[in-house]
Amino acid sequence: MGNIFIRSCKEVSSLVITREDRALSVVEQLQLRGHMFICKACPIFERQILTMRHAMQQWRHYSEPPAGPSKPPQDPPAP
Amino acid sequence: MSFENEVAALRNYLLRFARLQLRNDAWAEDAVSETMLAAIAKPQAFAGQSQLKTWLVGILKHKVVDALRSNLREVNASDLGADRESDELDAIGFKTDGHFHERPADWGNPDQDLSQRQFMAVMDACVAKLPPVQGRLFLMREWLELDAEEVCKELEITATNLYVQLHRARLRLRECLELNWFGIQKA
Repeated sequence: MGNIFIRSCKEVSSLVITREDRALSVVEQLQLRGHMFICKACPIFERQILTMRHAMQQWRHYSEPPAGPSKPPQDPPAP
Repeated sequence: MSFENEVAALRNYLLRFARLQLRNDAWAEDAVSETMLAAIAKPQAFAGQSQLKTWLVGILKHKVVDALRSNLREVNASDLGADRESDELDAIGFKTDGHFHERPADWGNPDQDLSQRQFMAVMDACVAKLPPVQGRLFLMREWLELDAEEVCKELEITATNLYVQLHRARLRLRECLELNWFGIQKA
């Protein structure tokens, strides 16, 4: 660890994806932030993944047009 | 509209999800039929505290997990082994030193695009193109909103394996969306 700038773009991209499914360790978070600070490409990649996250939310609650109002449901129920 | 009709009107929505998740029309039809029957048999269970759609999806989740449990054990082992060697990260294009070959494309600010029906069709198609196991794991996380622990328990896989598969699924989806949606929007 030591150097927080040590991660390559490839490794940082991997962390950005991983973050969608599990929490990053403190060291990983520092490496990610440190790299983002000095890199122009990775923040764009990160924005893509955040856009995907947002898109997925819309998609999850989308129903076919005739099937009723498109108001997104709130929390999933406990049936 | 009667309760039965309201339930019936949501059949297509439920079916779309069940098909994506189960990738088998017969299983999907079964799961949706069971869901609708269960709902109609117990209308009093729907106390109106949530949207009908939300309540039905809640029931369907259980039916889908049941179907996965009873039908998928044998598929898992072989599917998980497939394309284990490939590295989807490389599809993005990195040099040997780990830098980007080309700067990633700016996807813009697509807030206004994402509720479109066309986008949903692209998303459906991209998810459907994922390898079977990746697709199921991905949907369990993103649509069923199960946490990692639950998914591992349902499918009897390790957390490490789950994260590897989800990682790949997300990279494939990113690529598919870029090719079929965001790239085209910019061009």
